[in-house]
Amino acid sequence: MEAHELSFEPDDPYNAFLAVCKKASYGKGKLAGIAVAVKDNISTRGIETTCASKILKGYVPPYDAHAVELLRQSGAAIVGKTNMDEFGMGTTTENSAFGPTLNPCDTSRVPGGSSGGSAAAVAGNMVRMALGTDTGGSIRCPAAFCGIVGLKPTYGRVSRYGLIAYANSLEQIGPMGRNVSDVSTLLQVIAGKDRRDSTTYDRPYTHTPVADVKGLKIGIPQEYFGEGVDPKVAGVVKTAISRLKELGATTVPCSVPSMKFALAAYYVTCTCEASSNLARFDGVRYGPAADIKKSWHDAYREVRRAGFGAEVRRRIMLGTFALSSGYYGKYYSKAQVARENVKADFARLFSDVDLIAGPTMPTIAFRLKEKSDPLSMYLSDILTVPANLAGIPAISVPCGKVDSMPVGLQIMGRPFEDERVIDTAYAYEQAVR
Amino acid sequence: MVTEKDVEHIAELADIGINTDEMGTFTHQFNAILNYFDVLDQVNGDTTVTRDLTNIMREDVVEPSLPRDEVLRNAAAQEDGFIKAPRVM
Repeated sequence: MEAHELSFEPDDPYNAFLAVCKKASYGKGKLAGIAVAVKDNISTRGIETTCASKILKGYVPPYDAHAVELLRQSGAAIVGKTNMDEFGMGTTTENSAFGPTLNPCDTSRVPGGSSGGSAAAVAGNMVRMALGTDTGGSIRCPAAFCGIVGLKPTYGRVSRYGLIAYANSLEQIGPMGRNVSDVSTLLQVIAGKDRRDSTTYDRPYTHTPVADVKGLKIGIPQEYFGEGVDPKVAGVVKTAISRLKELGATTVPCSVPSMKFALAAYYVTCTCEASSNLARFDGVRYGPAADIKKSWHDAYREVRRAGFGAEVRRRIMLGTFALSSGYYGKYYSKAQVARENVKADFARLFSDVDLIAGPTMPTIAFRLKEKSDPLSMYLSDILTVPANLAGIPAISVPCGKVDSMPVGLQIMGRPFEDERVIDTAYAYEQAVR
Repeated sequence: MVTEKDVEHIAELADIGINTDEMGTFTHQFNAILNYFDVLDQVNGDTTVTRDLTNIMREDVVEPSLPRDEVLRNAAAQEDGFIKAPRVM
């Protein structure tokens, strides 16, 4: 491969980057010479990858994630690793061991999370596109808060090989960009089957966006405009949806009754999976060293107390509790039933409508330190977690402002109809351009 | 309701390491979160969840793997190509 170098030395007033490649090599292909930032929980050979955690400080992966391999093959210049909530656990990017990322639209506010560094790098014009990951809204939330476009692909469309696992059954790597075309182009590069991730499907994405929504039927769930949703945000999103109607779509009111259980089902599931996944961080194979003179449990506890931040420890403990003897039935089993109910609700709706639309987030970006209580932070994920529980594609596209801050329109589709979700976002974007 | 003693026990199970001055805050936050999780008591049914996935089988064939020195590069303590770990017994 013919190699070129892109020099990349941006001012980073938003603390978007944890690592920067001042000389980023690139090759030929669809993304030749385009600066792409990669969230720091995605493995990059030879570039430090920390998940914004002290427990991985100094870790340099010996291999690339599948999505990163594909980026390199398409000629992209990987210019750095972006800040995030530690291991993806958060909605603001304040839970980083290396300081919060600031929102380029208003630096007194958070960029959203957990892919806040990727969103800020794109919104702050430092890169054209970025990879994020979305476990319960971690691409769509920061896209909405920073005024960019972000897609959580259908579960199984993009390989998770090399993504440092937090909650495997929920998370996907996905594209973020300033416009729908860029997001579509990036998805073309990263989607497809990978035998190293047995949950991937042979569904490559070769689509080019078409601005056409004529004849599409869009469901508008009442729960997405109800309690907890800022009426001003709801208003902006309703205006955006009426724009889609002017473009030829029809809308129909609908309901997702299982939303009542969605957030609890999500948090039980993700904390349980996290308690298992994060057991591997023991200071032995990577990360700050365990004291090998001590006994196993003492050394292990010491490394984990010092290396994990409060939210990570909280979630590991919650998951451990929910899976412990006597509580498994009350929490984990019930959460899986609730999850099936969410899936069933969407399947029922999608037999009638082609798409479902609503706000991405219930509010505009919070001020820094506004969400100091964990539960109140969890509650702000209510509109994004259903798509992860159901495994369906969901995009956030900017649709206006409230109090000078961006608002995201969320469009969800049937499994493997990422194309239609992208077309609809594109039609909206082209109409309001 | 979980008590500080419960939280201490969970921390031990998870090998997470907890400081005495954190115990109160963690216990308080756990109770608020677990209280919210109680909504799941209203979920009907406890059906076993099935997925439309099939096993992917392959022959057990040796394939090239990462070079040993690259894999060891991130380990803090090593000896003769092995990783040294704290004693278990």
